[in-house]
Amino acid sequence: MDNETLKARILSIVPDAQTEENKQYLTLVVPAAELHNLAEKLKNTQELSFDFLFCLSGVDYGKQLAVVYHLNSTTHKHAVVLKVKTDDRVNPAFDTVCDIWRTADFHERETYDMFGIRFNNHPDLRRIFLDEEWKGYPLRKDYVDEVNIVEF
Amino acid sequence: MGIKNIKEKDFQDNETLELFRKTGSGILMTTIDAVIDWGRSNSVWPLTFATSCCGIEMMATGASRHDFARFGIEVYRASPRQADVIVVAGTIVNKMAPVLKRLYDQMSEPRYVIAMGACAVSGGPFYYNSYHVVRGVDQVIPVDVYIPGCPPRPEALLYGVMQLQRKIKLETITRPEESMIMGRK
Repeated sequence: MDNETLKARILSIVPDAQTEENKQYLTLVVPAAELHNLAEKLKNTQELSFDFLFCLSGVDYGKQLAVVYHLNSTTHKHAVVLKVKTDDRVNPAFDTVCDIWRTADFHERETYDMFGIRFNNHPDLRRIFLDEEWKGYPLRKDYVDEVNIVEF
Repeated sequence: MGIKNIKEKDFQDNETLELFRKTGSGILMTTIDAVIDWGRSNSVWPLTFATSCCGIEMMATGASRHDFARFGIEVYRASPRQADVIVVAGTIVNKMAPVLKRLYDQMSEPRYVIAMGACAVSGGPFYYNSYHVVRGVDQVIPVDVYIPGCPPRPEALLYGVMQLQRKIKLETITRPEESMIMGRK
């Protein structure tokens, strides 16, 4: 399926999604409430069958926090990028997708570890790289560590 | 003439080392030292230890084109108990530091350390604005030879290894405190 049909198809599922132009992949910013529903349909619909979540990462845009999902279909060889954003920097939370793609389990734990973004219904949401007693989320732009960080 | 009096530029050439050998200490101990140091310096076994891209360069140095077995730094050992030198090839993060220290402690003496690449020397590109990198492996274990570069060329590693061999050749069993090997002090 080419990008235009793919885009029309996804917009028919989530009409509120916004596309981003001039990207390597077809990129859509999806409302957080629609994410899990859309992800399920992308995986389970026959002619879409996005069976491979090849990257899941957190982003700190300064004011907003976001999670980016890179999806690929190993049968149809097409790819799409989904983004969800939130303004809430104190308790950011999205729905988990690790019931759909099993690999999201560790990726979401890493995103939680580095950005403090919580994932609702995640089976085992705790830090993965850092110590359990680590204070703060080091990849956030407002992270302060006066002991370890030497400012440039 | 003691080891500490040798100037750095003289340390580069072998003639001065030969002269020091002849004039440094008594005949018997000198001979024993010469035999021991000859054996040690020409059979330096490195530990299989690499944490990032410098490790790839170290593997290239061990492979057929550069082949550091020519200089007697011979065979990678998978156990620290059989290794003489640990080439710290790559970034050491705070979580890795205790592991590195334990590996060093498990090596039997005499043991040597080469800090290979910018990360092991000073933290390198991660010196600024990082929360997790050890800024120089010498904060954890004593380092004998520093090799700059990001990563260093195989020639640089060979040169560093040869510098280590020169240091080993100056060791004396009677006065370990005069040794130039950092772990002996």
